[in-house]
Formats: sequence, structure tokens, C-alpha cells
Amino acid sequence: MSDSMNAPHPIRDTSGDQTMTQAPATETPVRAQVRDLKFWYGKFQALNGVSMPIYDRKVTAIIGPSGCGKSTLLRCFNRIHDLYPGSRYNGEINLAPEGVNLVDKGIDPILVRLLVGMVFQKPNPFPKSIFENVAAGLYVRGIRNRTEVEGRVEEALTQAALWNEVKDRLSKPAFELSGGQQQRLCIARALAPKPKLLLLDEPTSALDPIATAKIEELMDSLVKDVTILIVTHNLSQAARISKYTAFMHMGDLIEFAETEQLFTNPAVSRTQDYVTGRFG
Amino acid sequence: MLFACAALSVAITAAIVWVLVSESWMFFSQIPLVTFLTDTQWTPVFTNARYGILPLLTATLWAAGIAMAVATPLGLVLSIYLSEFAGPRVREILKPILEMLAAVPTVVFGYFALLFLTPLAKQFIPGLSGFNLLVPGFVLGIMILPYVVTISEDAMRAVPMTLREGAFALGMSRWRTAFSVVIPGAFSGVTAAYLLAFSRAVGETMIVAIAAGQNPNLTGDPREGAATITAYIVQMSLGDLPHGTLAYSTIFATGLVLFVITLGFNVLGFVLRRKFREAY
Repeated sequence: MSDSMNAPHPIRDTSGDQTMTQAPATETPVRAQVRDLKFWYGKFQALNGVSMPIYDRKVTAIIGPSGCGKSTLLRCFNRIHDLYPGSRYNGEINLAPEGVNLVDKGIDPILVRLLVGMVFQKPNPFPKSIFENVAAGLYVRGIRNRTEVEGRVEEALTQAALWNEVKDRLSKPAFELSGGQQQRLCIARALAPKPKLLLLDEPTSALDPIATAKIEELMDSLVKDVTILIVTHNLSQAARISKYTAFMHMGDLIEFAETEQLFTNPAVSRTQDYVTGRFG
Repeated sequence: MLFACAALSVAITAAIVWVLVSESWMFFSQIPLVTFLTDTQWTPVFTNARYGILPLLTATLWAAGIAMAVATPLGLVLSIYLSEFAGPRVREILKPILEMLAAVPTVVFGYFALLFLTPLAKQFIPGLSGFNLLVPGFVLGIMILPYVVTISEDAMRAVPMTLREGAFALGMSRWRTAFSVVIPGAFSGVTAAYLLAFSRAVGETMIVAIAAGQNPNLTGDPREGAATITAYIVQMSLGDLPHGTLAYSTIFATGLVLFVITLGFNVLGFVLRRKFREAY
């Protein structure tokens, strides 16, 4: 399906070898390497062989028009697709020092999710207290020691810049928080188990500009400790917060480059058209 | 026209309440409420008549309690299975079958308990009488199962998928997600299901009238038979009690007790359901 639809577009002609799909021999270590990743929802192929590096403790943004496969790609990293029947992967996402292929059929998706944290488009706190929300991931990992759990909850809430706002009402239901606070709570929940990789799926699309600014600010400080992969609709957000950017269109990775270069001097004309607002 | 229909149902309900209250007024004008609620004998048609609701009430609560002991775990497991594990095809087959249970006439359940299950259970439970509370209680539990499962499964399915994704992304298994996210999320709906089922069990007549016997018996042993409130009402209504006597008015007094119990639970269930609708 995707081949026939792609045919009239000049994407195939202009992409190809000039995109930077393999990690160059720079000093920045690679945390994960995506190699020729394909993905199908039933019969529909949503990713047509994506290859890109994810650099250690950097923010990598994935941009592209609706339906381009950017969320699909992100959701491969924690195998959340496995929840729905008919999902099929082919290719590799190799976590670098561990040497595990996250999308390998032989790898238990639960194991993958224990390594990778995720924050969703809409805040989705559990119907529990603020404390229990952040502690949930720790309990799953068998961490039950009260002192340790309390310490990790405080640490995660501090990292998510929420501690001062909630420290006096940790036992209150999470639903009582504002939308922006709920989203930071979800970030804290994802951070508490100290993931190797943090996935953010349009984390600010449901938030107002002030809450958005807070979360962007937060990402700047988080990236010192954790590798971040973010899908965003908002081009200026990608430009503000990310070190690297991947531009996708119709299941293909069109261009991967340092953010500054991708936005100011893209190698592919299609990218140029998108970032300058001529389509998408 | 529509208004007339609505008004009619309201009028009928009001009339029922009016009849119940006015007819039992005569009863309570002769028998003090304290005697009614504390006397341990119920012998309204004996020469030495005693009017204590306790034997009928305990039998009712025994039967309904046993029913809940059966329906609570079974209903929970079934609704979790249907909402979290079963594929759409399995659900489409299982749910109608389960709902057919609700279509079985209760008189059939009653004779099933009396003529099939009780003789069978006698071989395993020493001291089980031909009329007893245990077997009809169990059958009552099976009878209310569809109510429990339908409502609690609906409540569980109303929990947004994003919450489940959040739980899976933290590395939770399906069981863990069901117990620590879906059930808390559907809590008021599930509770409402149990409350409605309980009031259904309390109000159920035929099964207990047939299989638990018609003898008012204040007992702590469910292997014995004992008349429930509903069984007593049936027994009296079928007899030839002269209108306007004290014995006749007991029908309405006991009916009022039943009405108060079921109304209380229905209101509680309704309030909880409303609260649960507001949650998302």
C-alpha cells in the first residue's frame, strides 16, 4: 500500500544515502541503534525500514505530519504495540551497552518496558494517590522497602519539578492535580524506576503554554541523566529542546540530523518544505 | 404521551409505597417497632402469636450473604476475564450465554436447587436438611452472576485505554494492570454492581420459597431450612387470611422491611454509579 502511495512523491529520489542514518564516529556515545525497522498494523505497513541512532543523554525529536509513523516508531521502543493484536515488527532496535534487540520476538515485552519509561499524549495518572502513582513502577520491580520507596518517590518528584507543589498532599488522589501537574506526575512515575530511555509521545499537546514551558524546561535538566526520545507536532518545540531531529513522512525516515542543521540547512528538499511550513 | 408514560410509572411506584406504608400502619399501631425488631419468634398465625422479624431477616441475609460469597469472587474473575483478557470473539459468545442465565425463570432455579442440587449436596455435606439455606443461597449466587458481570465489566471497559497503556508501559503484566489500575478505576461501578446484585438477591422470592422451606427459624446454621421474608410473604398471600386482620397486615410490614433494604442498596448503588460516571 505504502509503495503505491509513495510513488508520485519525490521522497525516494531525494532521500537515500545522503541522510545520516548511521551514527558517525563522533565522541557522543549511542544509546540505541535502530536498524531497518519495519512495522505492520495487521496488513498496513506503518514503518518502511527506519534506521537512526539515539544518542546517549541527548534529546532526540521525531517530527512529521500526522500519520507519518512518528508515534508508531516511538511506541516500538517499549513494545506497547504488543497490546493490540495484529502488530508485527521486523528489524532491530539495539540498546547499546546491553546489546538487546528490543523488538526481537524472543524478548519479553515486559522486560523491555522495565528498561524504558514512557509519557503519553494525555496525562494518564492512575486512580490512586500521588504517592502511589510514582511508586507504582517501583512495586512492579519488586522494590517494597518503605525507606527506599519514599526516597525514590521524592527523588523522582523532585526531578519532575513537582515535589514542592505536592509534598504536603502525597496521599491525595492524583486526579486533584491540574493537567500540567498530572503530566509532570506521569513524568515522575516514568522516572522513578530509573529507565535507560525515556519516551515522550507529544507530552505537551494537551497542555497550556505555561505548563508546556515547564515541561520543556524540565527536559533540559532531565537529559543530564537519561536519554530522551520525543515525538512532537510542534516544530518550534523540537527546535528548542532537541539536539537531534528525525523527520518522517509516510512511514519513511526522510532525514536525521542535528536539530540546528535540520532546521536551517536540511539536506533533503522535502524536509525543507516541511520545516518552513510549505506542507504538513 | 411520553410524559404520561413517565408519569404512570412514577404514579405506580408512589402507589406501591403508599399501600405498603398505609397497610403496615395498622400493624405498627398494634405491635411496637421495638418488639418487631427484637423478638426472636415469628408466629403470627399461632394462637400465641409473636411478631419478631429477626428469624425472617436472618434467613434472608443468610441466603443473600451466601449468594454474594458465590457471586463476588466468580463475578470479579469473570468480568476481569471478559474485559481484560478475552478477545472480541470469545466475549461475543460468552456474554450472551451469561446473560441467558438472567433469562432462566427463577422457579426453574428453585426446583433445580430443591430437586437436583440439594440431594447431590447431601452426599458431601453431613446434616444438610431437605430444605436449607446453603443450596438456594448458592443458586441465588449463580442467578445474580449476570447482573454482577454485566455491570462490572461495563465499568471496567469504561476505564480509558490510556490508563492501561500507562500501566503496561511501567512493566505491569495484564493481571497486575487489572488489579492495580483497572479495578481501582472501575471501583465505584464494580461496587454498584455488587450492591444492585445484593438487593436483587434479598428481594428474590421463588428460589428461596421453594428450596429453603417455609418455616421461620432463627438459625446460625445454613444447613437448616428457614423462611426468608419473601418466602413468608408468598406463603401468606397464598393462604386464606381474612382481610384486615393483624396477621394479614404482617404481609405489608415485612414487605416494607424488604422494600427499605433493597431501596437502601439501590440508592447506594445509584450514588456510586453517578460518581463513577464523573470520574473520566
